[in-house]
Amino acid sequence: MQKQSKLASFEEAVLPHLDAAYNLARWLTRNETDAEDVVQEAYLRAFKFFGGFHGNDGRAWLLAIVRNTCYTWMQHNRSPELSLPLDESHEIESKDLNPEVLLIQSADTLMVRQALEELPVEFREVLVLRELEEMSYREIASITDLPLGTVMSRLARGRKRLQQALTNPVHAEVLS
Amino acid sequence: MSCQTADELIHGYLDGELDLARSLEVEQHMRECEICARVFRNQTVLRSSLKEESLYYRAPEKLKKRIQSALHKEAKAELFPRSFGWRWLTAGASLAFMLLIGLVVWKLLPSSIRSPGDELLAQEIVSDHVRSLQMPGHLTDVLSSDQHTVKPWFDGKVDFAPSVKDFAAQDFRLYGGRLEYLNNRTVATLVYQRRLHYINLFIWPAGQAGSTGEMTTQRQGYNLIHWTSSGMNYWAISDLNSVELHEFAQLVQQGL
Repeated sequence: MQKQSKLASFEEAVLPHLDAAYNLARWLTRNETDAEDVVQEAYLRAFKFFGGFHGNDGRAWLLAIVRNTCYTWMQHNRSPELSLPLDESHEIESKDLNPEVLLIQSADTLMVRQALEELPVEFREVLVLRELEEMSYREIASITDLPLGTVMSRLARGRKRLQQALTNPVHAEVLS
Repeated sequence: MSCQTADELIHGYLDGELDLARSLEVEQHMRECEICARVFRNQTVLRSSLKEESLYYRAPEKLKKRIQSALHKEAKAELFPRSFGWRWLTAGASLAFMLLIGLVVWKLLPSSIRSPGDELLAQEIVSDHVRSLQMPGHLTDVLSSDQHTVKPWFDGKVDFAPSVKDFAAQDFRLYGGRLEYLNNRTVATLVYQRRLHYINLFIWPAGQAGSTGEMTTQRQGYNLIHWTSSGMNYWAISDLNSVELHEFAQLVQQGL
């Protein structure tokens, strides 16, 4: 009986966040089938550890598990993303960016999707959580296990890279 | 405020994450600096292009069904450990007799496996074993039959150094290793292969030093053997028959 109610309360607290879980997994794995496998595995893990969940933010709790499962998946698949250290020398200064706003405005969704998908995973995950999931810095920090300040600087750097990808004429030509 | 400081704070401002004083400083700076003001405008445009609904991947309906059915299976497995239960009910009249036998057996068992915690742990181990075989790529984090590759892999991942031996000569081939979360801690897991059967060997430090004999049990058709040796807990599980699994357990204990 007790276990049955565990399942019921789990489904009530965690199942409504399936879209959020899938969206994050889909952006991190960049593949539909892998995202589905990762999300299912994450839900089973979450169910197992549900006894340790006492908070009221089921979404953030679940997304932390989804993220960990994604990283485990990337390790198993020897994803090159995890072995490449971030290249700090290519840090972009805001003032060096192409000031052309119009290019971003006219960027179609396909371009935006591709640019976001091509960002290094460290930037992609904070951007997805912030812009698509609309989470606060505090929530993002707890999911990614990063200090608040790092969340802000990753967002700043990620957005600059995204802007560069969308306003770089060479890139735009290749896409069109 | 310098442009360098503003460069990052603009994003905190854009996200509404700055306190009032900081927000005012950023606003003040943007009034004075056209470059930073433009950065802000660009980022506002960028943000709106990310709000496009089609960028958000919604979970397919079939995934929800798949997960619900997997969860129900998992919950059922937790609810009915399949070993105890009905026998007690049908035994009725001989209950007292069985209790007596139980008491005798209880006295004979090594102290470390008596706790009801072991019952739960055995179930947890079965679930882990099943899941390790179900998920593609889930069986091993490090795939190697070389004990000198597998052993150092655990360095820094667990707070103990498990012994790793390949028993290929006895037809128990080392297949790899991985980390598992069991019994509220991270445990080292070695994977062995015999013919088409996989053996998961879970290892973690026991509370106290010393050794206990083997305890054998069956769950859902799997054979489990538990023992303690040199202050380490060992649980071996496989669909292999109990005789061969016992042979394996002996090898591990002698190899240590």
